[in-house]
Amino acid sequence: MRAPVSWLRDLVAIPADQSGRDIATRLIRAGLEVETVETIGAGVTGPLVVGRVLEIGELTEFKKPIRFCQVDVGTENGGVRGIVCGARNFAVDDLVVVALPGTVLPGGFEIAARSTYGKVSDGMICSERELELGDDHSGIRVLPVGSAEPGDDAAALLGVGDEVLDIAITPDRGYALSIRGIARETALAYGVPFEDPGTALVDLPAPAADRAPHPCASDDLGACDLFTLRTIVGFDPAAPSPLGMQTRLVACGMRPVSLAVDVTNYVMIELGQPLHAFDLDKLHGPVRASRPAAGEEFETLDHVRRTLSADDLVIADDSGTIGLAGVMGGLHSEIDDATTSIALEAAHFDPATIARVSRRHKLSSEASRRFERGVDRDLAPYASARAAALLLEHGGGHYVGMTAVEAPVAPAVIDLPATEPGAVAGMTIPRETVVDLLVGIGCEVSGEHDLRVVPPSWRPDLTDPIDLVEEVVRLHGYDLLPSTLPAAPLGRGLTRAQRLRRRVGTVLASRGLVEVLTYPFVGVDELDALQLPADDVRRRTPVLANPMSDEQPHLRGTLLPGLVSVARRNVGRGLVDLRLFEVGSVFLGEVADVANRRQGVDRRPTEQEWAELNELLPVQPTHVAALFAGQRQPEGWWGPAIAAGWADAVATARVVADACGVELVVEAGDDPSFHPGRVARLVLDGVVVGAAGELHPRVVEASGLPARAAAMWLDLDAVIAAAPDVRSAPVVGTQPVAKEDLALVVDAGVPSSEVLAAVRAGAGELLESVRLFDVYAGPQVPAGKKSLAFALRFRAPDRTLDAAETAAARDAALAEATARVGAVLRT
Amino acid sequence: MSGPNTSFDPKQVASLDAAAIDAMVADAVAAVAAAGDLDALKAVRLAHAGDRSPIALANREIGALPPAAKAEAGKRVGQARAAVKAALDERQAVLEAERDARVLVEESVDVTLPTDWQPVGARHPLTTLMERVGDVFVAMGYEIAEGPEVEAEWANFDALNIGPDHPARTMQDTFFVAAPDSGVVLRTHTSPVQIRSMLDRPLPIYVIAPGRVYRTDELDATHTPVFHQIEGLAVDRDITMGDLRGTLDHFAAAMFGEGIRTRMRPSYFPFTEPSAEVDLQCFVCRGESVGNPDRPCRTCGSEGWIEWGGCGMVNPRVLVAVGIDPTQYRGFAFGMGVERTLMFRNGVADMHDIVEGDARFSLAFGVEA
Repeated sequence: MRAPVSWLRDLVAIPADQSGRDIATRLIRAGLEVETVETIGAGVTGPLVVGRVLEIGELTEFKKPIRFCQVDVGTENGGVRGIVCGARNFAVDDLVVVALPGTVLPGGFEIAARSTYGKVSDGMICSERELELGDDHSGIRVLPVGSAEPGDDAAALLGVGDEVLDIAITPDRGYALSIRGIARETALAYGVPFEDPGTALVDLPAPAADRAPHPCASDDLGACDLFTLRTIVGFDPAAPSPLGMQTRLVACGMRPVSLAVDVTNYVMIELGQPLHAFDLDKLHGPVRASRPAAGEEFETLDHVRRTLSADDLVIADDSGTIGLAGVMGGLHSEIDDATTSIALEAAHFDPATIARVSRRHKLSSEASRRFERGVDRDLAPYASARAAALLLEHGGGHYVGMTAVEAPVAPAVIDLPATEPGAVAGMTIPRETVVDLLVGIGCEVSGEHDLRVVPPSWRPDLTDPIDLVEEVVRLHGYDLLPSTLPAAPLGRGLTRAQRLRRRVGTVLASRGLVEVLTYPFVGVDELDALQLPADDVRRRTPVLANPMSDEQPHLRGTLLPGLVSVARRNVGRGLVDLRLFEVGSVFLGEVADVANRRQGVDRRPTEQEWAELNELLPVQPTHVAALFAGQRQPEGWWGPAIAAGWADAVATARVVADACGVELVVEAGDDPSFHPGRVARLVLDGVVVGAAGELHPRVVEASGLPARAAAMWLDLDAVIAAAPDVRSAPVVGTQPVAKEDLALVVDAGVPSSEVLAAVRAGAGELLESVRLFDVYAGPQVPAGKKSLAFALRFRAPDRTLDAAETAAARDAALAEATARVGAVLRT
Repeated sequence: MSGPNTSFDPKQVASLDAAAIDAMVADAVAAVAAAGDLDALKAVRLAHAGDRSPIALANREIGALPPAAKAEAGKRVGQARAAVKAALDERQAVLEAERDARVLVEESVDVTLPTDWQPVGARHPLTTLMERVGDVFVAMGYEIAEGPEVEAEWANFDALNIGPDHPARTMQDTFFVAAPDSGVVLRTHTSPVQIRSMLDRPLPIYVIAPGRVYRTDELDATHTPVFHQIEGLAVDRDITMGDLRGTLDHFAAAMFGEGIRTRMRPSYFPFTEPSAEVDLQCFVCRGESVGNPDRPCRTCGSEGWIEWGGCGMVNPRVLVAVGIDPTQYRGFAFGMGVERTLMFRNGVADMHDIVEGDARFSLAFGVEA
């Protein structure tokens, strides 16, 4: 909402020394979000005057047609001057705006007499855009006939120097979508009187005796509880709207069109009441607010054919629909340059009804924005009287009268303890202050301790006691609120899951991994690139009804596509050694594509109802995933580079589990996105919770990743669920350690983890630790075999082990390995 | 120095007389002093303190002395040996120090060589910033509350007093899951966590809820369809808007420095009333750039205040929807954008950097933004 300061000053006695910025500061404090304060024509200085075009000479010898005009700029400005102009939307006798030599236009463009197109151009005829007064691209600004004389100061006529506040109006303050509403807040902010122009009927001529005003009706008094129609005949369709009105409309961001249209817009901005002018001669029978027949077609002013729903609210006559109520008029009842009889509609509509009509037709207008937020219930007759008076004043004609239908509305009464605003604010706000502030916004207040408050007609947003509390506290001033702290109860700190998620992130970062946060939107192409089979759970994820991109309608069931995409971007930017990780939600299970029951808000849902709402949702576990490419360790003075690969992925999974105090079982796996011979399945309590290894070469190629890229994913929620609450302390033995090495030859296909498990089991309780330190396959062992060398450390809690005990334990380890996996001692 | 042995025994041992011993010591000390390195000293030690050294040989002769002379001779030899040993040890220490100095110098390295064989990692600054905020409130007794990103429309809108016809519920802003009337959306704010907290937790409730939220904004320099908010909720008897203000002031000071305050401007949110926008006092210029063109502030645009988030008292209608009696309890809530906070706090110029996952971006923050 753009509000020129000059217009506000028409309604409120703002102290003269207050600038637009000063006013903005006051309004912001009161809760009107003033986004900008602009000065009209801020960049214009110097002699900007009105000129009358006396003669137009067409110069045709140039690439484009050029005009050389004789313009009368007033005797005090040198009389008639010759001016070259490239625009063509003006005619002889038109009043135009002339920048005389010495004028500086926005952008520091200085006007001087100069030779161009073979003529001396002694000034410039200006467009709105050149003056930065508006966005009208159509050409030269032509002033209304008779609105000024040559030589008049055009800057003043065009509002140059006036300031305009641009205010973002919150949805609850429909009344502030008007100069009237903003003026009221301004008056409150300055503590000066306010003469409400929306509650006083302007004087109109007596209704015509010889003719009845056009009839109107409302077929749905719930959706349209007030409908008025004023009739004017004998109107001059060629009468221009006054320059001052045009100037204000331009300042408010609207384009002057014609007197009838300009007046409806002007009054809407001034008072907040949307109005619509019909060409009376195009109407057939009474004008009524009604519900259309489903499927009826109708063309709005914007030349769009619309198919109506029975839920729409329309304005109709005997010919059918002639307007979308509260949103936009119809093309075929529009006033035009031959209209002499006008039916002026001013009505009040149910906000939700208009919001639905606007949404259904994807059509938002100045009118619908106001009706959606709530227009003053009682304003219509006052606003239409104001508009009718302006039409009669500037367009002539005769006033015929008004018809109206109205459903009675009971005024809202709100009970408010006088102490409540202070109790909510946390300070004392005296009763007198509460009452004064409520009266200031237009409420009627009675009662001593328990106030009975009747909100004004323009505040349909005031329905609950808390609404009144807000008004009092904001007008009293948020800056006066005390700064206190509540006594919060003793908290329990982070949950175990919250702690462990932090730990995992920190541990991975300390291992050299870089955290990224990717969008969870995925497309079928990305899942295909990962070679996920058709029945994979990671494909059965929720689908968005309105995705950002039709290519990515799914929510992710795996973190890998996001990491792959980020990895590709990094590689594209020359970062080829990558260790990326992400911790985030994945979404498993589809959401049914059906309309679901609506849960009310007038009470707490039952356990059953709340459970049913939650059952609509997919499972949303937190996963962790990592991706590796390029080198794990760069080449340096310490030695050659080491390539990242499957082992980094597996190690990362183990690091995550370790951070949570959980041991993962790592075994040969079969995840389809991975190299079939280089992928581990990550198992926890018999359940697969992840995979790690080298990505499948085809996945690497399809995803545009560097060769041998590796990845890992893990259900972090599952790992955390398995984490111990409390970790048990070890027995730290202080007796001497005994070391033994054991080299075992097994079939090449036997997993080392199985050999290790056998060694550990066989070695018994004296074994403190065992570590696989060498893997060998080659000429020194039989074909198809490999040698695994283990370093065993033994320790007893209470004594020094002797050689015989250690040897016995080592032999037992060998025996178990022989029994389990056919291991023989390497000789 | 002992006196002449004339009293009782005619047997004399030339090598044990005092002069001879003194000469041996003098020889030894001279040889020690002349030893130029540890090897030479080793030879000197062998020659002058070894089993076959003159003093050792002299020592053997003590047995030949008459008993009355043995003690004195023994004492003399012992003193001589001690003197030689002291000289040797002193020289040994000197030569070892010289050797060490030489060798350690030879072993010196360029300690300014890079040590980045283990590449460093990093956390995303949004994550660490959310943790930081969480810690501030946990220290105040709050707990961290969570909720699902795919959320019931009831919790995201209806229960928050955002009615079916509210403009926020259009396809312009909200991602609908499956179908526009499925009742399931991607949460458009962290506020449904308020609803879940009030349904699931016993009163009083003090929670802070960081999380990822979604709106159908195209990615540009200041917008992203996937972003993060952090939201606080307190529901207790007798809680006031002053408490809200004090909490925000404490939060601002904890995050941005002692003395940094907040400002509330009246605003509108369906789920709070009274509602306010929260501005943060500029922590860079502390307002000194306002009206001071010589000291412009990029962080606040010389406004002195930075738009930070929204807040208000929990609308009684919201309490009713979750079964809390609004005549007994009041609440306050506040929320801010984490991306926005990161942008002005850490000087991020473009949203693309936050969402694109370029490793250089996270790496610049390490493990603490």
